[in-house]
Amino acid sequence: MSGTRIEVIEKYCKGCSICVEFCPKNVLEMDGFLAKVVRLQDCIKCMQCELRCPDFAIKVYVD
Amino acid sequence: MAYDYEKYIRPGKLPHIWCPGCGHGIVMKGLIRAIDSCGLDKNNTALVSGIGCASRLPGYLDFCTLHTAHGRAAAFATGVKMAKPEMNVIVMGGDGDGTAIGGNHFIHACRRNIDMTYVIMNNLIYGMTGGQFSPCTPTGDKASTTPYGNPDPTFDISKLAIGAGATFVARTTAFHATQIDKLIAEGIKHKGMAIIEVLDDCPTTYGRRNKFRSVIDMMKRLKDIAVPVAAAGKMTAEQLEGKVLTGVLYKEDKPEYCEQYAKVIAKASGAK
Ligand SMILES: Cc1ncc(C[n+]2csc(CCOP(=O)(O)OP(=O)(O)O)c2C)c(N)n1
Ligand code: SF4
Ligand code: SF4
Ligand code: SF4
Ligand SMILES: [Mg+2]
Repeated sequence: MSGTRIEVIEKYCKGCSICVEFCPKNVLEMDGFLAKVVRLQDCIKCMQCELRCPDFAIKVYVD
Repeated sequence: MAYDYEKYIRPGKLPHIWCPGCGHGIVMKGLIRAIDSCGLDKNNTALVSGIGCASRLPGYLDFCTLHTAHGRAAAFATGVKMAKPEMNVIVMGGDGDGTAIGGNHFIHACRRNIDMTYVIMNNLIYGMTGGQFSPCTPTGDKASTTPYGNPDPTFDISKLAIGAGATFVARTTAFHATQIDKLIAEGIKHKGMAIIEVLDDCPTTYGRRNKFRSVIDMMKRLKDIAVPVAAAGKMTAEQLEGKVLTGVLYKEDKPEYCEQYAKVIAKASGAK
């Protein structure tokens, strides 16, 4: 979605996969022990990934 | 633009020490959003904790912080509030810290109805020391000290708080992230003792010994057991079996302790 950017801060991500599992739009995937953004165009900016990331490792930028 | 949590985090403190998927980090985010939405001044806000993984939380945050002895957070917090009643006092701690060794301090802080907010992260276990059972470990579950299943009945922290006299009691879970900050913010605004119980997960020492193989299993458990108080009224006893109520469970207005104590001071110093 235009104007949306999702950043995974690799040095904070512990690979718990909470963000991937509970994203309602299947935007994210695990790449080994790191979360990865793979379908940004499907993101609805619900923020659930960021809210539930225990490690301050995923940020959703909306303008 | 993204939400700015860093504004409240002490520089260089991340990554934190908690295990992958530990809910304490989710609660820390909720606390930050709650404090931010209430507009509390960092220099006039004390975060107090005892000992445990949960109790490590204040150390990451840029407020007046007090990391005390195991179970004693409520007692230290009471001291801070009595000395500086204008300060916002928030206790952050675990189920073991708050209901086992610190159970006495917990119930008496509730009884006094002193104006503070106490967020208790209930992951059903002593996480830090390797998974010994706590007063909140469900009956039958396994802990390192109950390898045959826990024979003890379990504390319901929210009920304990209501029974002891807290005037705002609410519960949510680490899965219900948006509710965490709303309830903490309501607790902060409440005049008197506010207890917010957050059902939390410890995948490392509780989950792996019980039926929850992964962080996701633990999160799904939190999602499944929660029933909002409003919905519970329409459910049968059978449907409510094994569930926990979430939302504001109790709220009343009662004289607050510091205000009552100010009257004692006035009397003792000769005022009519
Ligand atoms: C006086 C004293 N007794 C025992 C301990 C050991 N101890 C440290 S943390 C802890 C339990 C913490 O459990 P909880 O509050 O539930 O926090 P969690 O680690 O689960 O987040 C215990 C028994 C201690 N530090 N001090
Ligand atoms: S904001 Fe919502 S839709 Fe977008 S990636 Fe995060 S969880 Fe998925
Ligand atoms: S929730 Fe956070 S720590 Fe867990 S995999 Fe996603 S980005 Fe990494
Ligand atoms: S041991 Fe449990 S409570 Fe402690 S950091 Fe790990 S998951 Fe969290
Ligand atoms: Mg615990």
